[in-house]
Amino acid sequence: MLWYVIRRLLLVIPTLAGVAVAVFFLIRVMPGDVVVVKLRADGADVSEETIRAERKRLGLDKPLYVQFSDYMVGLAHLDLGKSLWTGDSVNKEIAIRVPVSFQIAVMASIIAVLIAIPLGTVSALYRDTWIDHSVRVLAVSGLAIPSFWLGMLIILMLLMMFNWLPKIGYVSIFEDPIANLSVTIWPAVSVGYRYAAVATRMMRSALLEVMREDYIRTARAKGVWMRLIMRRHALRNALLPVVTVIGLEFAFLIGGLVVTEQVFNINGIGKLFVDATTRGDFNLIQGLVLFIATMFIFVNLIVDLLYAWLDPRIRLS
Amino acid sequence: MAIVATTPSIEILPKQANPLWQFVKSQPLGVAGFLIILVYVVCALGARWIAPYDPEAIDFGAMLARPGEAHYFGTDQYGRDVFSRIVYGARTALAVGILSALFGCTIGALVGAASGYFGGRIDNAIQRVVDVLLSFPIIVLAMVVVAVLGKRSAFGVDWNLIAAIALPMIPKMARVARSSTLSIVAMPFIDAARAAGFSHTRIILRHIVPNIVAPYLIMVTAFMAQAILLEASLSFLGLGVTEPTPAWGLMLSGTSADFYQSAPWMILFPGMAITLAVFAFNLFGDSLRDWLDPKLKS
Repeated sequence: MLWYVIRRLLLVIPTLAGVAVAVFFLIRVMPGDVVVVKLRADGADVSEETIRAERKRLGLDKPLYVQFSDYMVGLAHLDLGKSLWTGDSVNKEIAIRVPVSFQIAVMASIIAVLIAIPLGTVSALYRDTWIDHSVRVLAVSGLAIPSFWLGMLIILMLLMMFNWLPKIGYVSIFEDPIANLSVTIWPAVSVGYRYAAVATRMMRSALLEVMREDYIRTARAKGVWMRLIMRRHALRNALLPVVTVIGLEFAFLIGGLVVTEQVFNINGIGKLFVDATTRGDFNLIQGLVLFIATMFIFVNLIVDLLYAWLDPRIRLS
Repeated sequence: MAIVATTPSIEILPKQANPLWQFVKSQPLGVAGFLIILVYVVCALGARWIAPYDPEAIDFGAMLARPGEAHYFGTDQYGRDVFSRIVYGARTALAVGILSALFGCTIGALVGAASGYFGGRIDNAIQRVVDVLLSFPIIVLAMVVVAVLGKRSAFGVDWNLIAAIALPMIPKMARVARSSTLSIVAMPFIDAARAAGFSHTRIILRHIVPNIVAPYLIMVTAFMAQAILLEASLSFLGLGVTEPTPAWGLMLSGTSADFYQSAPWMILFPGMAITLAVFAFNLFGDSLRDWLDPKLKS
């Protein structure tokens, strides 16, 4: 297992380096010019002179290789530069917004797992009955409902039924857990629904597959209790693909967060990214994209390791 | 008499069922999805005749009107007819959804086919780039492209928005196309084509590409659903389609959030339009996959 972990960790390094290079080139080499887009955003007539000055101020007039080495040296010091808008360091801007987004992401994953495992199991056990059909409809609709719209529906429902709106403003969960949860639970549900839908589908088909295996038939032939078969043999094996889904869906979770934070006015990573994009703050965009991609790579790494830990066949191959 | 005598010998041949009919019979849900898509297409093409009002016409006399006889889905804060805006919004959604899925998948398929066909260093280089691009969540990549490229409209569509939505699809399609290509390259007819001295371009375009049409079609329909969702999300964030163009995501964005209590129809109907469209494409795509690739059937 140790060797497997080391091997997987080493494989992360080239991907991270590639991501860093890709972000640099995406922003600077793509046809189009951040400065022009930013200054002429609303069709404003800005002189060439101003554009040149702005480019100089941002260090975009330097030769590409100089910019690249500056950028790489900065990264080696884990320094992402300064936000062009606030003047604060990008590291700081990101750091203050991580806790709330992280909390919502974790809560969404927990909600997803809590919903998906029982629903998927019931759906598989009562295959082709009305229970199964309704679970499947629920799951398919989860893939189609945009998380931000679901968030709006939740707000609408809270307003109509309780005439109550979730408060704006984030309090740390350690300070005031109830105030914290009353803010974060709604975005977590809106983002988690899609997550739950995908995981339910996966759980159902994985369980159906496992139930066809020979060892299940053998166990049943021996007269083992159905409940024991489920617990000992079926569920354990069916959980593997569900773990993978959680890793794969992390990208959608981030995407959902980016949009849903806007609906609930939560000042997290997603909102910061949207603000950076509308303001053309490319230092901040660069830092955020690197941060998100790194998170994504590490979540997938953790999922791979978890998978190997759960299934000896993988780490030994 | 002679004609009658020859007829039975033809009957012996197994009857070739019409593939279209086969699809209809085996995939009723896919057909339902297709019919819903058809409704959207009709709305997009015939918007001028279907929509009772001009989608951009402001009418301060009918601000926030309730849904009813005059306005089926009510009106927004400018008195614009929500139903008409949704009908016209189908244009934006389908144009962006279909074009970006087609561009993204076509480029991705060609890149993937070339990668699988050439193998060796070229394959390795392409796959590393694909790996890197796959480590960005779709919406993140799209937002970066929007930030850098800005807007460029022609023929009533924002081509940079299409590029932004197509780019994240390229690496995904390339992965799929490459793995299908690898199994095709091992076939004898590719060796034969090589021995005949055909050019690489010809082998890829004439011998490999036709054989990866099935995964291509599956991916295109799946991506159309994702592209519609992505366009709605970007427009909602103010990074996609801009006012006054009618677009579903845009209808949900900004000020409309102030009207939760006074005009919930402004939030309900555009969201339903998005959900139903994505649902239909998903349904159709799933059935297409089951039908084209029986191996995946469970």
